[in-house]
Amino acid sequence: MNDATGHSITARDVNLWYGKFQALCDVTLNIKHGFITSLIGPSGCGKTTLLRCFNRVNERYNYVTTKGEILVLGKNIYDPDVSLIELRKSVGMVFQRPNPLPVSVYENVVFGLRVHAGGDALRKPALDEAVEKALTEVNLWHDLKDRLDHKAITLQLEQQQKLCIARLLPLKPEIILMDEPCSALDVEGTAAIEELMFALKGRYTIVIVTHNMAQARRTSDECIFMLLGKVIEHRRTEELFLTPANLQTTEYIEGRYG
Amino acid sequence: MNASTGHAMFGETPPVRRKLRQEALAQWVFGAMAAAMIVPLLLIVGYLVVRAAPSLNLEFLLEVPKRGMTEGGIWPAFVGTLYLVFLSLAFSAPIGILAAVYLNEYARDNWFNRVINLAVINLAGVPSIVHALFGLGAFVYAARFGYSIISASLTLAIMTLPVIIAATREALASVPRSFREACWNVGATRWQTIWAVVLPNSISGILTGIILEVSRAAGETAPVMFTGVVFFKAVERGDLFPYYLNEQCMALSMHLYTISTQVPGVKESIPFATAIVLLALVLMVNAAAISLRVYLRSRKKW
Repeated sequence: MNDATGHSITARDVNLWYGKFQALCDVTLNIKHGFITSLIGPSGCGKTTLLRCFNRVNERYNYVTTKGEILVLGKNIYDPDVSLIELRKSVGMVFQRPNPLPVSVYENVVFGLRVHAGGDALRKPALDEAVEKALTEVNLWHDLKDRLDHKAITLQLEQQQKLCIARLLPLKPEIILMDEPCSALDVEGTAAIEELMFALKGRYTIVIVTHNMAQARRTSDECIFMLLGKVIEHRRTEELFLTPANLQTTEYIEGRYG
Repeated sequence: MNASTGHAMFGETPPVRRKLRQEALAQWVFGAMAAAMIVPLLLIVGYLVVRAAPSLNLEFLLEVPKRGMTEGGIWPAFVGTLYLVFLSLAFSAPIGILAAVYLNEYARDNWFNRVINLAVINLAGVPSIVHALFGLGAFVYAARFGYSIISASLTLAIMTLPVIIAATREALASVPRSFREACWNVGATRWQTIWAVVLPNSISGILTGIILEVSRAAGETAPVMFTGVVFFKAVERGDLFPYYLNEQCMALSMHLYTISTQVPGVKESIPFATAIVLLALVLMVNAAAISLRVYLRSRKKW
């Protein structure tokens, strides 16, 4: 499901303040459906803030004022009739540190269903099926199918992060937001998550914030460079890295600052 | 060799030796002060046990006071204290926990919630004798509960509330934010987050806070003396349910005061044995709290 333009997320003149500090200035952008789009830029440039706007989880961290509109699948999520609960079902988030809940693997995966669904969807066979489907999608089923009752916190970090992605899937999200999903992982873990991203793209729109320019270059179709709360450049990834249009972009990807 | 100073390379120089001496002295002084903490405890307990020895037996606990409280045991006071403690916690624990959940999970930083916080902090600082007077006015007279176990328990409940709130908030705040984020991002409401994740992971801290309040409630004299505890109440030996809640009762703290200062000719070991019972009750409850906490902590792995 996407609107006629093929954009999953459209931001128009988004301004955001933490108290009096302006973290986003006039952000306008389109994120294409089914693509992996990366947000890069130095620390404090607003990329995580922008990411958190897309499912409005920012508002849980007090003192946020947001102006402008963000259309997700064609609907302005800042409209008063938008339910945050339904919005976050469609737009899930994966964090820097894997954050499985301190319960079993199984319960982690069905947590979203328990939160949202009722009746038949919560019967054992339906839940079992959801768990198998979600874990298969993130390549964990084979490793964990005999350990579904183990505490999720005892898994390896890479498995934990995959589990955090799997936790979103039973809710049938359209968009998956990833906030530096590999920065706590080793090389192999990073590679596994990146592979998973490739497998998931197309079905899901993925927006990834990363400090690692090489990762942005490897993984993303489009790349957005941000600086001091503004979008400086937004192009296809290879273009942005090979022939950046903006001097600030050039200097950043050359590593002159960061 | 370092030619200029005559010392071995990286060897001790006189200033270094002086620093090391200071360091040793500082450590010794701090250590001695810390060790000094053990002395009063040992002295108190040792002194009490020695003086109480002739009366320390199960009979003393189960028997009622006899001959104008100069002989016999302390059963009515012991049961009375249990009544007061459990009833007061039955009032204060639910209110305290719910209030703390609101303050920690829902409350935004605005003037209203700052006033609540200020109230909680100041309530904790109110002297117990003032609580006693308040309880007398509010529960005994205004609410017409009379001098009764209910009045005394409610007074104790108000006294213990701020500490329960503080302990619960601390326990809630220690639940990692990442757990909450995980919930928010699948669209869980605050209540679902609290119920599914926050409470199960803070329950050990909350319980510990509550149990530790038992010792305070058991030891207080003034609040219960003003509101519902009496000098003497005739009770059957070993009776577990001797009081109605709208009656007055006896309590260990008050009993200790009475037999130590108000009644002539009390058998010498009885006040000390009473103190031992009170102390043992409190220590046992604390030990239970600690083992519960250890057990619950051993089950969580983060």
